[in-house]
Amino acid sequence: MTMGTEGLSRRDALRLAAAAGMAGVVSLYPGRRSFASADHETSLLVEETSITIDGDRFGAIAMGGSVPAPTLRWREGQEVVVQVTNRLREPTSIHWHGLLLEGMMDGAPGFNAYSAIAPGESFTYRIRLRQSGTYWYHSHSGGQEQRGMYGAIIIDPAEREPVRADREHVIVLSDHTADHPDHIMRKLKVSEGYYNKGKRTLGDLIGDIRRDGLAKTWADRRDWGDMRMDPTDLADVTGYRFLANGKGIQDHWTGLFKPGERVRLRLINASAMSIFDVAIPGLPMTIVSADGQNVLPVKVDEFRFGVGETYDVIVMPTEDRAYTLMAEPIDRSGYARATLAPRPGMAGEIPPLRPRAILTMADMGPHHGMDHGSMDHGSMDHSSMDHGAMDHGAMDHGSMDHAAMGHDAPVPAPPTRDGPPQGWDQAGTPPGKRALTYADLKSLTRNADTREPAHEISLRLTGIMERYIWTLNGHKFDHGGPIRVNQGDRVRLTFVNTTMMAHPMHLHGMFFELENGQTDRKPRKHVVIVPPGKTVSVVLTADEPGDWPLHCHMLFHMNAGMMTRFIVTPSSATATL
Amino acid sequence: MRIKTLIAAALLLAPLPAQAMEGHVEPLFWRLTLDQLERHWQDGQDATSWKLDGFIGGDYEKLRIKSEGEATDGHGVEELEIQALYSVMVDDFWDFQAGIRHDFRPQPQTSYATIGFQGLAPQFLEVDAQAFLSDEGDLTARLETEIDLPLTRQLILQPHAEIDLSAQDVPSQTIGAGVSSLGLGLRLRYEIVQEVAPYIGLSWEKRLGESARLSRAAGEDPDRVSFLAGIRLWL
Repeated sequence: MTMGTEGLSRRDALRLAAAAGMAGVVSLYPGRRSFASADHETSLLVEETSITIDGDRFGAIAMGGSVPAPTLRWREGQEVVVQVTNRLREPTSIHWHGLLLEGMMDGAPGFNAYSAIAPGESFTYRIRLRQSGTYWYHSHSGGQEQRGMYGAIIIDPAEREPVRADREHVIVLSDHTADHPDHIMRKLKVSEGYYNKGKRTLGDLIGDIRRDGLAKTWADRRDWGDMRMDPTDLADVTGYRFLANGKGIQDHWTGLFKPGERVRLRLINASAMSIFDVAIPGLPMTIVSADGQNVLPVKVDEFRFGVGETYDVIVMPTEDRAYTLMAEPIDRSGYARATLAPRPGMAGEIPPLRPRAILTMADMGPHHGMDHGSMDHGSMDHSSMDHGAMDHGAMDHGSMDHAAMGHDAPVPAPPTRDGPPQGWDQAGTPPGKRALTYADLKSLTRNADTREPAHEISLRLTGIMERYIWTLNGHKFDHGGPIRVNQGDRVRLTFVNTTMMAHPMHLHGMFFELENGQTDRKPRKHVVIVPPGKTVSVVLTADEPGDWPLHCHMLFHMNAGMMTRFIVTPSSATATL
Repeated sequence: MRIKTLIAAALLLAPLPAQAMEGHVEPLFWRLTLDQLERHWQDGQDATSWKLDGFIGGDYEKLRIKSEGEATDGHGVEELEIQALYSVMVDDFWDFQAGIRHDFRPQPQTSYATIGFQGLAPQFLEVDAQAFLSDEGDLTARLETEIDLPLTRQLILQPHAEIDLSAQDVPSQTIGAGVSSLGLGLRLRYEIVQEVAPYIGLSWEKRLGESARLSRAAGEDPDRVSFLAGIRLWL
């Protein structure tokens, strides 16, 4: 039973006040300062608007007059000031996703003494930039982000830019729908599986029996029935138009290049609910940065793109032709499309949509206490070495060290004959092509802090699909206690996903280092995808005092309760409390 | 008067939805389902029946209304039952419910206190199990279960079963002690949209033992097979 309503204890409130005082934000920056002494000033108006996607009009919210919002280009070391004015009829907020900043400037209402911006009011954000890279900004209020409140941030490094490129483009991926987010949430709450258009039917049953035999099909149906879960539930919400820089698949946004150029693409997954598989057929990508932080270059053909993540890639198109960047959501309910072309008005070839994977018992992990090891490994054995899907990419990019890590291991199980790919991590990567895995990411610079964590925090990702309640350690946001650490603590955070959905977990205010098998080159990220039934751990040095949101970046998971407070008590406060 | 008192008691029973931190009120959700609105064609008297289910509340606590009734051609409304329940989550898949039931028909009207469990059993069986204690002191129970079997995305077959139990004879309602009746139904609906689904089906009801005897004595057929057609709606 999770009916507690403890909220914040007085002790927490005191600690928070101390944290805020320490940071000096409350007294110095009440949110209404002039632009004086800023190196860069911007004003953003938040207002209702309408946008046109492939000829259809949709209601939306614009920041700074457009969807996506204007790209903010800054330089490391600058002090930037952004004045945000709310012209909506509801409170709003802007969160600077991935930026290191004072808690009150983070823009998450209810955290760090920051309150949402009331209708008609303004708030002035002031941020001293301490980093470089590709980031983004978005609303942290209700479902506003889905309605268009997102935009790119590019921060150029103060020193030399290590990534050489002749030209660059920002590509913001998103999902948009005519359904108001409040309406979607209600449907999810009162009618489980409302948006799942791919539930298994009698036809699927017959197909499965033909392919797998009666016994296996029976066992499969029995197991899912025992759990009262649906293996076709890959995305909670459907009906989205998938956008690249605000353009639909017909209007397709185009970025230009000259053949032979090194082109840097700054990709941002700003969607509300969509995890994408991203590829540019005919054009390998070299990943140079993940979540704004540089990584040792790694050449791939595609990558799985979690909500809230950013990747910078270098492409080198040599031919005088158009290429299509395809971003297919994992439920394959459509695609986003961008074009890279030497001239305007060109269109690249559009590959056929890949098949949708179906979840297996292996995706449920060990948490359901069933012995299903045979299912995923078994499918490797018998479903044909000659099938071709497993002998390439999946093998050569380190499935070994994955297995050794004991988690997040993409088992190279090919699609079974005639059936859909089995397993969440089966992206349908074409034979011979290579998909990025987290194990490939190595930080360009060595990790500054390589201490073994002294604090272990386990966070179970939990939920009740049937009721559309999403929780952490079984508690909805602020029904359970916060996570507390002291400034300077070295912490391991272990995410144990007990649910059947992937959760891109996002921490505000700090980067964590992904424990992906690297020793002193762990990639620094602000979002990590925790696949269904899997365990993923990160380590971090709690060097940013404050009251930080830690949440799933799936918009409706967060709003249904999948969020907690990660409180870093300043060292001075630790002494006095 | 008795009804008003019971309704007031039920309202008091239902506390307001839990409030999280200051100023943050849990959002309320509601749904109204007209689960069955159907015409029965059977030997003897054709009839129209309905079944309604609505709730409003948060994730953990809800106020729930259930109603069912039947009007037989030439006899008007012969059965009309309304329940007002406080429903609280006790498990991922189960709610405990307590409240009142009032039968406006048949006459004389009867009020009940009720408790029960409603939820989803393994293999996706929707279950509603309730016990009733009438203002005459009679104890009865009702167990219902149904399952949705999608033949295609829009065409859904729904078997339904119901068992009624009684701890004693209740001659005024033609109910005998023990298993008083069994019901089976099979409905095939077509979801034009999920919220609107016309259906056709079959239903079979059998009264057993003393209930059957009492029914016959009252001039009713203890076995009833009917073809049916109807519509399912929800908002």
